[in-house]
Amino acid sequence: MIMLSDLKASLLAGSAEEYLARLYERIERSKLNAFTTLAKERALQEARSFDKEPGNGLLAGVPIAIKECISTKGIETNCSSRILQGYIPPFDAHVIERLKAEGAIIMGKTNMDEFAMGTSTESSAFGPTRNPWDIDCVPGGSSGGSAACVAGGEAPCSLGSDTGGSVRGPASFCGIVGLKPTYGLVSRYGLVAYANSLEQIGPLTHTVSDTALLLEIIAGYDWRDSTSAEKGSFLPDWDREVSGLRIGIPKEYFGEGVDPDVERAVWDAVSVLESLGASWQEVSLPHTQYALAAFYIIAMCEASSNLARFDGLRYGLRLAGEDSDWHTTFSEIRSKGFGPEVKRRIILGTYALSAGYYGRYYLKALKVRTLIKEDFLQAFKQVDLLVSPTMPTPAFRIGERINDPLSLYKADIFTVPINLAGVPAISLPCGFAGRLPIGLQLIGPHFGERAILQAAQAYEAATPFHQRKPEEVV
Amino acid sequence: MITREDVEHIGWLASIKIEEEEKDELVEQFNTILDFFHQLDMVDTEGVEPTYRAVDLVNIFREDVVRVSLTQEEALANAPRRENGYFKSPRIV
Amino acid sequence: MDDVIIGLEIHVQLNRLESKMFCGCSTKYHNSPPNTHTCPVCLGLPGSLPVINRKAVESGIKVGLALNCHIEEETLFYRKNYYYPDLSKGFQISQYDYPLATNGHIMILGDDGIERNIRINRAHMEEDPGRLVHAGTIDRAKYTMVDYNRCGMSLLEVVTEPDLRSPKEARAFLDKLKSILEYLDVFDGSLEGAMRVDANISLRGGDRSEVKNISGFKGVEKALSYEITRQRNLARRNIKVVQETRHFDELRNITVSIRSKVGAHDYRYFPEADLVAMRIASWVPAIRDSLPELPDSRRERFVRQYGLTDDHAKSLTTEIKVADFYELVAARTAPKIAAVWIADVLKGELNYRNLGIESFDPEHMVQIVQLLEGDEITEHSAVAVIRDLLDKKGSSPQEIITSRGLGKAEDDVVEKAVAEAVAECSAAVADYRAGSERALNYIVGQVMKKTRGKASPGEVHDLVRAQVERL
Repeated sequence: MIMLSDLKASLLAGSAEEYLARLYERIERSKLNAFTTLAKERALQEARSFDKEPGNGLLAGVPIAIKECISTKGIETNCSSRILQGYIPPFDAHVIERLKAEGAIIMGKTNMDEFAMGTSTESSAFGPTRNPWDIDCVPGGSSGGSAACVAGGEAPCSLGSDTGGSVRGPASFCGIVGLKPTYGLVSRYGLVAYANSLEQIGPLTHTVSDTALLLEIIAGYDWRDSTSAEKGSFLPDWDREVSGLRIGIPKEYFGEGVDPDVERAVWDAVSVLESLGASWQEVSLPHTQYALAAFYIIAMCEASSNLARFDGLRYGLRLAGEDSDWHTTFSEIRSKGFGPEVKRRIILGTYALSAGYYGRYYLKALKVRTLIKEDFLQAFKQVDLLVSPTMPTPAFRIGERINDPLSLYKADIFTVPINLAGVPAISLPCGFAGRLPIGLQLIGPHFGERAILQAAQAYEAATPFHQRKPEEVV
Repeated sequence: MITREDVEHIGWLASIKIEEEEKDELVEQFNTILDFFHQLDMVDTEGVEPTYRAVDLVNIFREDVVRVSLTQEEALANAPRRENGYFKSPRIV
Repeated sequence: MDDVIIGLEIHVQLNRLESKMFCGCSTKYHNSPPNTHTCPVCLGLPGSLPVINRKAVESGIKVGLALNCHIEEETLFYRKNYYYPDLSKGFQISQYDYPLATNGHIMILGDDGIERNIRINRAHMEEDPGRLVHAGTIDRAKYTMVDYNRCGMSLLEVVTEPDLRSPKEARAFLDKLKSILEYLDVFDGSLEGAMRVDANISLRGGDRSEVKNISGFKGVEKALSYEITRQRNLARRNIKVVQETRHFDELRNITVSIRSKVGAHDYRYFPEADLVAMRIASWVPAIRDSLPELPDSRRERFVRQYGLTDDHAKSLTTEIKVADFYELVAARTAPKIAAVWIADVLKGELNYRNLGIESFDPEHMVQIVQLLEGDEITEHSAVAVIRDLLDKKGSSPQEIITSRGLGKAEDDVVEKAVAEAVAECSAAVADYRAGSERALNYIVGQVMKKTRGKASPGEVHDLVRAQVERL
């Protein structure tokens, strides 16, 4: 297990090029299929430059893996979809600019559910990614590749994106730390949009302090994102204690549907926090049961519009022979280029926005969203943080749920309400079910990252889970 | 209840060709998912404002200042078909 | 035309802005190679995000106020979802509920000679799509080329109620709108693509057809005339007009149907979540105060201040540049004479040569009018001077007058010519005596020949008559 501060020190003392080369070797032998593109030549060149002239960036010489859907200039960005295969952006996403400014080395792009639509990374056009703890299991999704490569020792840290749990879910299934920032804290400029009112880019790392460091680097105002906020620094005061912290346990996040191992591990975590001086009380988020339906309606509607630009004219897939008119041709391209889950969501989203249905589905979902957001605002009047499981179960087997879309959607029940409300949340390891990790979710109020990170750090320091390594890794 | 005709029409609106073999399966899957969505009918949202976006900001603008554009080559770099500096599209009708 | 109902949707490009609506690409693309004014935002590359141009919104408010509209307190951008090769994102950022401006009006002169308000339903902001270049005509081309230079330009869409009754009234409305927009300096109407018109037309009791994307006001008149004929023909044969979208073919002067499937437009409007709301009510007072004098007000002032006829005032205020030109000249000369020479003479000469008022130096017009006032040149000569200046055959009025000897002929030279002409034209004199007025004109003509046009025809006429009467 690597802490970035330790890594930085060892890179300065040793060789970034050697370290990176070893990572690439490991990836080559790997069964995980975590990476889609390796920017080997360019990355090794940068590592060599660092070895000559280290500079003093906060991430100088540190390799980082980037989820497929985050634009990287000169490096293929295909969202694990056939329709965008070969697309090379002429610009870097804002977060990439920030990372590069601190000397980070972009080592490659990681596998994801196609266009971020999924909870298991099984809908990728380039094959599923495997969980390092059990290669017959999913790593979670949609940022499965980003989580697996970190857990599997193929990258020291990575970036993912979280629309309905896509950073936190994989972090939970892979036994690492993943954070979804408050909506608007991290610029979305360069993030290929799936559901633009719900998603944020977030870090995936081994430790809480690493996540804090990455967040500090990528967060902050960007004039190119009109929803971007300016909110100061997050680096927690690590010396501060957790005593006096008021924790809320939302009753709707426990009970039926939650694996007993998961529930036990989370309650154990609550005990640990109590022993550190926190107090807890039961709270209620009464509209939780409606969050999944509201989320999927909104996400599908936005997706149907955000993915309309993929028609093969300006970039992407084009088929041989074109005797038809543009509409027929584009429809053919989109049919062949999108996978079944993406097509399902675009079509349902189009339906839900169409005349006659807009009120019943989209508008209704937006009103339910208001109620869900209100639930959180009310809860945070009584408590500082909320604690829950990240996922209702540990990682399930590859192929187990893929033919039943609804059962896959239901894995997101504890993560989607957070996206609907726009509040921040972190997942960190809190136990195991056999050899599969279990994730603890800490949820904070808007722009409450500091509080979450502080509590998470205190919990991590008092527990051993983040130190375990998967033995499966080859 | 979503029907085959609905699926065809929506496929046309969404510019996605749906093969004959796909239609029945899609109709079934859609109706299952829509049934799931219908639980929202039970939520009382009288007088509730919809949340269209997650931020409370207003009046975010940029000044009317020219910035550097992509070169023609950069703009066309990913184009599967091009001619004389243009993107090449299939015919309109 | 009692049974004709026309409504217009006009897309005005705010091309006086420096940058596009949602990105910083330059708006000066008109003479550039294709796809050289694009960026990730207007090209719709994955991951790009729009940011609103503040000045575009200010311009929109200016136009809304000038069209007597109500400006919405809080206005939002929406996505209009449809597919077309010129639409780089597969949706257009536009407005739907809470548009910028509503419920306005413009005054035009109706076909019946009476001034009438044409109601404006709304004016809203949106972005321009790219431009399609067909290899041939739209319905026969084998493929199409796309240029996104125009994609993302700021547009204001002005929608009228169906208050217009003929192609001619439609034309009058467009002329008036263009005039107002140029006064506001938000728009340069001379640039290609600056103003595009969609026209909706039906005959009373029938369905309406929409003709899209007509550029040029002449095109609008022709397209509407064609449609009226077409719809009347259908009605005569008892065939129902199909509610559909048509395209105006400028080469063949006809409209053609371009809907490949008759299906209702379902744009699935929903608010653009990448942008936030605009609360602009507080901007309105300052913008209202900054509005320039508009055409109708200026016309009324010209009548009052300079004592002009309504016709002259109208002619001089339609274009702001002409109005400014006039006032420069009228400040230093007799306003009524200046009006005649600018509205009646100069404008005609400019139109004939397809030139704008900027081709003529106002200083020169001042000099010409002063010379006329001082009776130092004849009207005939003044016209010649204007023509020569426009044809670049001289550098100043004085220079032309001197080199071509256009100075007014001295009195004795004229008298001499009159005496000679009357003596020579005995037949004409006899005709005049017999009652023919026209015979006098013949003699006047002879005098003008002798003096090489340098005499004043009016004066000569009087002198000849006096001379003949004396015989």
